[in-house]
Amino acid sequence: MTKDRLWVTSLATPVVITMLLLLVGFPNVKANDQPSAANVAVKIDNFAFGPQAITVPVGTTVTWTNSDDIPHTVVSTEGVFKSKVMDTDEKFSYTFTKAGTFPYLCSIHPKMTGKVVVQ
Amino acid sequence: MINNKPDLIDQKLQDLNNDGIDRRGFLKCMAWAGTGLVWTMSGGIPMSRAFAKTADQNAGKGGDFSFVQISDSHIGFNKPANPDVTATLQTAINKINAMPHQPDFIIHTGDLSQLSKPSEFDTLEQVLKGASAKQIYFVPGEHDMLTDNGEQYLQRYGKGTKGTGWSSFDHRGVHFVGLVNVANLKAGGMGSLGHEQLEWLEDDLKGRSASTPIVLFAHIPLWTIYPDWGWGTDDSEQALSYVKRFGSVTVLNGHIHQIMQKIEGKVSFHTAMSTAFPQPAPGTAPSAGPLKVPADQLQRVLGITDVNYLVSGRSLAIVDSPLGASGSSASGSGSGS
Repeated sequence: MTKDRLWVTSLATPVVITMLLLLVGFPNVKANDQPSAANVAVKIDNFAFGPQAITVPVGTTVTWTNSDDIPHTVVSTEGVFKSKVMDTDEKFSYTFTKAGTFPYLCSIHPKMTGKVVVQ
Repeated sequence: MINNKPDLIDQKLQDLNNDGIDRRGFLKCMAWAGTGLVWTMSGGIPMSRAFAKTADQNAGKGGDFSFVQISDSHIGFNKPANPDVTATLQTAINKINAMPHQPDFIIHTGDLSQLSKPSEFDTLEQVLKGASAKQIYFVPGEHDMLTDNGEQYLQRYGKGTKGTGWSSFDHRGVHFVGLVNVANLKAGGMGSLGHEQLEWLEDDLKGRSASTPIVLFAHIPLWTIYPDWGWGTDDSEQALSYVKRFGSVTVLNGHIHQIMQKIEGKVSFHTAMSTAFPQPAPGTAPSAGPLKVPADQLQRVLGITDVNYLVSGRSLAIVDSPLGASGSSASGSGSGS
């Protein structure tokens, strides 16, 4: 080997080692791509929640928007969440921090029911 | 409109009185329902000829009296189906004030407000202050229960009531019961009376003579009209079993914003029009929400219900009338016969 080549090699090695160390040291370069806490929308229209049943990851914020011309509410049957009365175009949001199944209804029109499954 | 009708009613009823209870004649009368005129009879020969005229002459004599039911004023609603529900309520009150024979009291079968807001109840009170009939009885609708189980409503209209606002009173020998079927509603269910109220009702009716005419009033219909839209009361069967033994039972409801009726034995069920906006007939629209009609038709699909109690027949005659006529001719005269 020439003097130059020897010099480059001796320089490159620590750089490569450093890079490898850096790669190992940064665990957020994930192999699987999980989306971070998302926002999911449920539309209230024609006396119905749409979609009626949704499945979301833990940490999701679900936002209900009332597009009906009549007020509605979003009330968990287990007492987990309860909106104020929502007139047309008003919204209610809830962030699901625990896994589980959360059935809910409109307390004004109890035939309107929905479900959020959190996984 | 009410002023024109009595003559025609008289003609029709003349026949009825001559023939006894003429079923065909009665059914023809029922056809008037399309023009907003409805008859019910329970017990005895209908003194319906007396309804419009004799009721005046005999006012107070023998205990004949009348009252008016209004419903679903939804004060606070301001969408296209009716941008001014306060004005149409005022029209209804003016109409009642103009009746030749004044009602003894008014019953409001709920959904007084749109969102249970204090300002909405205030506005309602302002309008009702102008009613000649000073006694007004209320039961809440689901729209009146939107703040902490109806706190606002009870503060204003709960005096003398129990639980979520039920009560009873007697008037000239008729027993009236106001029921609340809009509280503690269960997911997927319809209206609900609840155990406590049913127990109270059973007790309230106990010991009363079976010849006492009974009037039950509640917001949501006490019979099943259309379950998909929640038009019924899950536990009304039990309530109706308590009134089965009585000779004359009238059930007055609101909630569906249109006239529907049913007679089952001695029980007459009747729902009133709203003073705010109409709703579609069952299954004729994607949902039960406000139904838009051409502006010049609005007054025809809103209305009041006049109930006349006639002691001699122990019967209640129920007459619905719209707030106003449409632009077209008062064609009821032709089609009615």
